[in-house]
Amino acid sequence: MPKDSGIGASSKRREDVRYLTGRGQYTDDINSHNQTYAYFVRSDVAHGKINSIDTSEAEGMPGVLAIFTGDDFTEVGGNPAGWLINNRDGTPMKEPKRPVLAHGKVRHVGDAYAAVIAETYEQAVDAAEVIDADIEELPAIIDMADALANSDNRVHDEIDDNLCFDWGWIEDNRETVDQAIKNAPHVTTLELINNRLVPNAMEARASIGDYDPGTGDYKLTTTSQNPHLTKLLIAVFVMGIPEHKLTVIAPDVGGGFGSKIYHYGEEALVLAAAKKLGRPVKWAATRSEAFVSDAHGRDHVTKIELATELDGTFIAIRTDTLANVGAYLSNFSTATPTFLHGTLMAGNYTVPNVYVNVKTVFTNTAPVDAYRGAGRPEASFSIERVVDKCARELGIDAVELRRKNFIQPDQFPYTTPVALVYDTGDYDATMDKLHEIADIAGFEARKAESSARGKRRGLGIAHYIEACGIAPSNLVGQLGSRVGLYDAATVRVSPTGTISVMVGAHSHGQGHETSFAQVVADMLGIPEENVDIVHGDTSKIPFGMGTYGSRSLAVCGSAVVKATDKVVAKAKKIAAHLLEAGEGDIEFSDGQFSVAGTDKSIAWGDVTLAAYIPHNYPLEEIEPGLEETAFYDPANFTYPSGAYCCEVEVDEDTGKVDVMSFAAADDFGNVINPMIVEGQVHGGVAQGIGQALLENCVYDSEGQLLSGSYMDYAMPRADDLPNYTVDHSCVTPCTHNPLGVKGCGEAGAIGSPPAVINAVVDALSDLGVTHIDMPASPARVWAAIQAAK
Amino acid sequence: MYNFDFEKPSTVADAVTALASEDALALGGGQTLIPTIKQRLAAPSKLVSLSGISEMQGVSASGGSLHIGGATIHADVAADSHYPALSALAGNIGDPAVRNRGTIGGSLANNDPSSDYPAAALASGATINTNARSIAADDFFQGIFETALDEGEIITSVDFPVPDAACYKKFEQPASRFALVGVFVAKTAGGVRVAVTGASEEGVHRWTAAEDALNANFSADALDGLSVSSENLIGDLHGTPEYRAHLVKVLTARSVSDC
Repeated sequence: MPKDSGIGASSKRREDVRYLTGRGQYTDDINSHNQTYAYFVRSDVAHGKINSIDTSEAEGMPGVLAIFTGDDFTEVGGNPAGWLINNRDGTPMKEPKRPVLAHGKVRHVGDAYAAVIAETYEQAVDAAEVIDADIEELPAIIDMADALANSDNRVHDEIDDNLCFDWGWIEDNRETVDQAIKNAPHVTTLELINNRLVPNAMEARASIGDYDPGTGDYKLTTTSQNPHLTKLLIAVFVMGIPEHKLTVIAPDVGGGFGSKIYHYGEEALVLAAAKKLGRPVKWAATRSEAFVSDAHGRDHVTKIELATELDGTFIAIRTDTLANVGAYLSNFSTATPTFLHGTLMAGNYTVPNVYVNVKTVFTNTAPVDAYRGAGRPEASFSIERVVDKCARELGIDAVELRRKNFIQPDQFPYTTPVALVYDTGDYDATMDKLHEIADIAGFEARKAESSARGKRRGLGIAHYIEACGIAPSNLVGQLGSRVGLYDAATVRVSPTGTISVMVGAHSHGQGHETSFAQVVADMLGIPEENVDIVHGDTSKIPFGMGTYGSRSLAVCGSAVVKATDKVVAKAKKIAAHLLEAGEGDIEFSDGQFSVAGTDKSIAWGDVTLAAYIPHNYPLEEIEPGLEETAFYDPANFTYPSGAYCCEVEVDEDTGKVDVMSFAAADDFGNVINPMIVEGQVHGGVAQGIGQALLENCVYDSEGQLLSGSYMDYAMPRADDLPNYTVDHSCVTPCTHNPLGVKGCGEAGAIGSPPAVINAVVDALSDLGVTHIDMPASPARVWAAIQAAK
Repeated sequence: MYNFDFEKPSTVADAVTALASEDALALGGGQTLIPTIKQRLAAPSKLVSLSGISEMQGVSASGGSLHIGGATIHADVAADSHYPALSALAGNIGDPAVRNRGTIGGSLANNDPSSDYPAAALASGATINTNARSIAADDFFQGIFETALDEGEIITSVDFPVPDAACYKKFEQPASRFALVGVFVAKTAGGVRVAVTGASEEGVHRWTAAEDALNANFSADALDGLSVSSENLIGDLHGTPEYRAHLVKVLTARSVSDC
């Protein structure tokens, strides 16, 4: 029987009441007395030398209060990279300064070089139009191979080859892997592109800076996935504000998908402007600004080789990747193509030799950083595409080839050659489940039916693994992370027994307010509605690291469990006193404390009341009150995995691909709220289908963004997507966190692109098509068919 | 956007007078003009809304012809039953919001190279009526965003002769869902007309070779020997000229089959 509340129940998302009835409070909904407006002046060339910026006429325009340029921020710090990556030779990566406003040069279309603050937004825009910037256009550096080859043309003058780093994982394995591939009976080679994506959160970025001259306190209200991290970056690295004088609030946030992890210069600017003016300063991006200034995702060019025995046994994998980092290093940009990508390159397989090389390249494009999946979709696409190609070359069924090489349940914990230790999994189980829910056996009949209608039907399989629950701080510290990746929770019990849980994770659509409350309510045996989750305000919540990398439940949820355990332990002491029993005899279940072996008991609410009205209370032993904080640092990553199946129909005359069905059999470990999990998979798969068939961020050779609006950037819409069949009944619980959970937020976006492209290639394989790059747009599919003919 | 004056006259004559001001622009449904103004890419001194002119509203049929007021929204054309191929076309322009604001006169006057109505007007042999004259569709469309309209001239109505059979096939550009290529085939007593939108650098145009073939044999097979040159066709993110040339033929055949 499905539960109707607590852990395992599909409790309805309480936050949806305000989201769906227009009662959400997003940053741009917040207006304050005396508010001013910021407008950013952005470069319309990809690369240029700033000779001068004359703001004198603009300063005299109606309503103008202040104008800032890069010159105003030469004394403050830069926005740092969060991870320091070393080159293959052990030397550190190149880390150019990322200023609040462009200084000296503009480095991508959309790079902000001035900001106008005015009484109204329109006045700020009017003034921006008369700023006279003398920007001498320089040749744009767009293509990664060209960027590396042409040392005369530099994104950053001090970096002569436009190379951020040349990373080998694991460098010591390089020669062994080379030899294994050289000596292998069969090698399948595939060159592929992980297309560049624009995140397109429904809410564009927005920030309000405020400063109180009376106290010296700064307040930033902003669209962030991790307010404490943003606070740390601004206070310590960029502006030098004492940390206790800055509060960062991320109120309701309309999606992030990674793009709102990072600190952006606009946030520092509105704070600096608020201090200068003594008035609140609001900025809200237009959608056009979002396209050119949000951190983009993916953008890898990869060659992957899979060496096998003739019977299909995997021998080695080697990859060679160029990863576009854009013009500046966004906060996670150096971790994404490395430790979130190279460490996953063994996939679900017992492949003894793996070597990953990644060269990360500066170009005159917007910064590129983690986007839903972040490195793992790139790895999954590379592996699952080359495995599929290998199966065709060897004449082995693609599912059987995977099964033959799967890590077996008795091999866990399993140490891969790329340094991860998978704690648990059962990949044959998810593959079996997929066969059932996708009716793979019925494919040939469906194919014949499609054929009768003149359509080519294809079936594609992918089996992904990802590393979530980011991350063990000591491990990531060794790997170059400049932050810890624990999380934190405070469980505050009121005198009447209701609860506020202050969490470091941030919910921007994920449903934490519901699922976290389910955990606490279940542990305490009280109604879910008696538990509220508080997040997003650094003045209220403990120092947690926010939401990304499918980490919230696995890491912050574990902190919630630990803090709740502490509350229960203290409450048992109070109950023992009230029941005049030994603490060791107190049992707690369903909201009742009882003395073992007796009928003596006391309710949760009576104990909590005693904690705050301690008239009859062991004051000499314990303090009054009932509030506990816990920090949780995971011992390992978590490893969700799953089997995905996509069926497509291709119209050979037009190249149009229709997704006919999509099935996902995931192992997320234990599940707190099945409905929320299903929704997360739906959304992730929609984004994966978007990447595979529709979305493409394209710059021309001059660095102009050709896909700069929804007229040219194709987002998936409802009629592009099928009804999904989603299952998460295969459960191998995570072995190292208290809930046994693994995380589900990114899985759909990781597992689906290779399933879709494998299906498209399957539909066209008898024409001789062996690969097609994403997005498999009608024009590309048609061209691939023509080329194969 | 920049500041501008706004007028909403109730007669064509008043609209013509209002449009005589320097840099005044007529506002139909605003589906192109308003976003352009918001991005400060257009700076009219005055907008003259045509939506308050009752004589420019509505759809009526008489004598085998459909008369559509210039300010009639797409949703109203979509709801009419006299010219099913035209109604189907109107019902698939943009999304419901667009269809309930955008007007036929605005669409034809704008002559976007990827919009649907120009293909219907050209294939149907429609007559575009203005405050000053009547213009045959063959003379009206003069290249991308170019028409025979003079400055300040207003499309007051459009007359569509209803063909014996007609069909419009649009292959949508994946992002905008405008026509990557759209082909309208109309079979009338006077012959077959084939109009192509979305494909050409020169805007909507007729494919006369297909018309000749279809006049001899109105079936998709009649197109077998024909090919479309990719010269002067549009090449962009979403398709090469060769792809568009291929689609012209595919969609023409499908239109004929479904006529």
